[in-house]
Amino acid sequence: MKKQKMFFRMITAALIRQHSRMLVALLAIAVGATILSGLVTIYYDVPRQMGAQFRNYGANMLLLPSGEGEFNEATVNNALGVVNKENLVGAAPYRYESVFINEQPVIAAATNMDGAKAASPYWLVNGNWPAAENEVLVGKSLAAVLGVKEGSSINVVYGEESRAAKTEADAEKTAEKKDIKEKDIKENKAEKSNETDVSEEKEGMPFTVSGILETGGSEEDYIFISLSDMAVLTGKGGRLDAAELSISASQDELKAYADKISAQNSAVSPRLVKRVTQSETTVLTKLQALVFLVTAVVLLLTMICVATTMMAVVAERRKEIGLRKALGASDSSIIAEFMGEGLLLGGVGGLLGVIFGFAFAQAVSMNVFNSSINFRPLILPVTVIVSVLVTGLACLLPVRNATDVDPALVLKGE
Amino acid sequence: MSLLEIKNISKIYGELKALDDVSLKVEKGEWVAIMGPSGSGKSTMMNIIGCMDKPSLGQVLLDGVDISKESNKNLTNIRRDKIGLIFQQFHLVNYLTAVENVMVSQYYHSMPDEKEAMEALARVGLAERAKHLPSQLSGGEQQRVCIARALINYPEIVLADEPTGNLDEANENIVIDIFRQLHREGTTLIVVTHDPEVAEVAQRTLVLEHGRLAKEIVNENFKD
Repeated sequence: MKKQKMFFRMITAALIRQHSRMLVALLAIAVGATILSGLVTIYYDVPRQMGAQFRNYGANMLLLPSGEGEFNEATVNNALGVVNKENLVGAAPYRYESVFINEQPVIAAATNMDGAKAASPYWLVNGNWPAAENEVLVGKSLAAVLGVKEGSSINVVYGEESRAAKTEADAEKTAEKKDIKEKDIKENKAEKSNETDVSEEKEGMPFTVSGILETGGSEEDYIFISLSDMAVLTGKGGRLDAAELSISASQDELKAYADKISAQNSAVSPRLVKRVTQSETTVLTKLQALVFLVTAVVLLLTMICVATTMMAVVAERRKEIGLRKALGASDSSIIAEFMGEGLLLGGVGGLLGVIFGFAFAQAVSMNVFNSSINFRPLILPVTVIVSVLVTGLACLLPVRNATDVDPALVLKGE
Repeated sequence: MSLLEIKNISKIYGELKALDDVSLKVEKGEWVAIMGPSGSGKSTMMNIIGCMDKPSLGQVLLDGVDISKESNKNLTNIRRDKIGLIFQQFHLVNYLTAVENVMVSQYYHSMPDEKEAMEALARVGLAERAKHLPSQLSGGEQQRVCIARALINYPEIVLADEPTGNLDEANENIVIDIFRQLHREGTTLIVVTHDPEVAEVAQRTLVLEHGRLAKEIVNENFKD
């Protein structure tokens, strides 16, 4: 029999047949490794999970016309090709026009309803989203002014020059109070209005109010219709004023996407919605720091627990250590045997930790984020190696003490 | 040349002299008993002969080599290569089986050999108990495992400290019979005991009193 085989036979026998004390150490390591593996899994999955949660707060990137070339659905679709499909939560193209309802100037936003729903999940619609032609979503504030409700019929008029001028003035006044997104849209709209400075007057187009929109924001002053209805209403299609994108990605990734879109599409000027991306980054950074801190503290506690247990094990086995020395064991043999036991314990505890850690991370993910988590194979070697290292460190002092045992003293007959 | 020659050794702890100017010789193949009451210096003598302690004064020549000035590391190597230890309390590793306990001694000495360890157990009549843990063995059986472990590396000297101290009469006789057999095979035996019945079966008995060699009794009726 080779010496190594006997070595493993001895250390496995020590762990298996002396299970009560070793079980405590194993439990400590397994708990530490579970927390490590679970929190690291969460640590790496939190950006994805939190990103998905943050996507409930609306778009985090705007695509605006740069002024160079046409900005239409094809341009937006081309820009979207840059974004990883798995990361794209929603994309809503927008075209804004000034229209009149009951002779009142109103901003009509045409969009892809499915895209708007995905990009702005926080929008609350009382009634239904427009699904058929000639259906309109009316902002809550505007609905109160117009005196309309779900199921009401309204006539939307587009194209009166004098009224259009009035609309521009009103809209610009409103724009001063809005953020950069709306400002950009307004500027764009002003340019487009000049371009389409036509005096032809059209008859109104009847719409049915499918639902009333509550957002708590400026959208409550708009009406929302489909892009195809807008094309019919205005007699022109294709042109867009903006596109809102909701992308599940970190701020750096978003910046990378924006740079790529700019580079590939000169007609598109991508902008990050900083209030969303920055707060997302801040929260994630703090959360990850917290996870890191908790993991470090748990590993430290594990180390203390293992060190204490190993101290007790060494104290309990002083006679055995003395005997081994009496039989001719060198200090290095004693160190190797106790370290071997500790490291084997660390490895087994680490493996258990990987299994329980994944279950722990899965439970946290399901309860907190309501979505499952993917197993990362890299967690397995990382957890086992860290467990072995922590156990090894914890064993250093107790094992050092083991070599101090004097066989003559501990083996005394009486 | 004597296998073991002790020249005027003393072991002093502060003001206490555990051994006081003791000299003795043990020839190869001899069976010697060291006797004395508690506190007479038996255990100190055993530790010095067993290379687990060093004398404060004097010389200990083992196989011609002065071990009294050796480093602890060298003493460990000498102990591993030349001494087989038998303890009153057996001192078996409680989580290893009987055969594994014997193999531990091989492990530190040279190379573990399960077949050879089994043969050593068979020699002390424990072949069928080889896979048992110490807790599953009687005191006598544990002592026989301890003897097998001491013999496995063919030591120059087998040093037994109160080998029958924890055994009943039947097991005491078994152990003494094993010693007789070992002696017949040429093994040098030094048995430290306070039991006159164990001492009187040896060829020679050295009596320690208050750390000094009080007398030496040669067993005229010695029989193998």
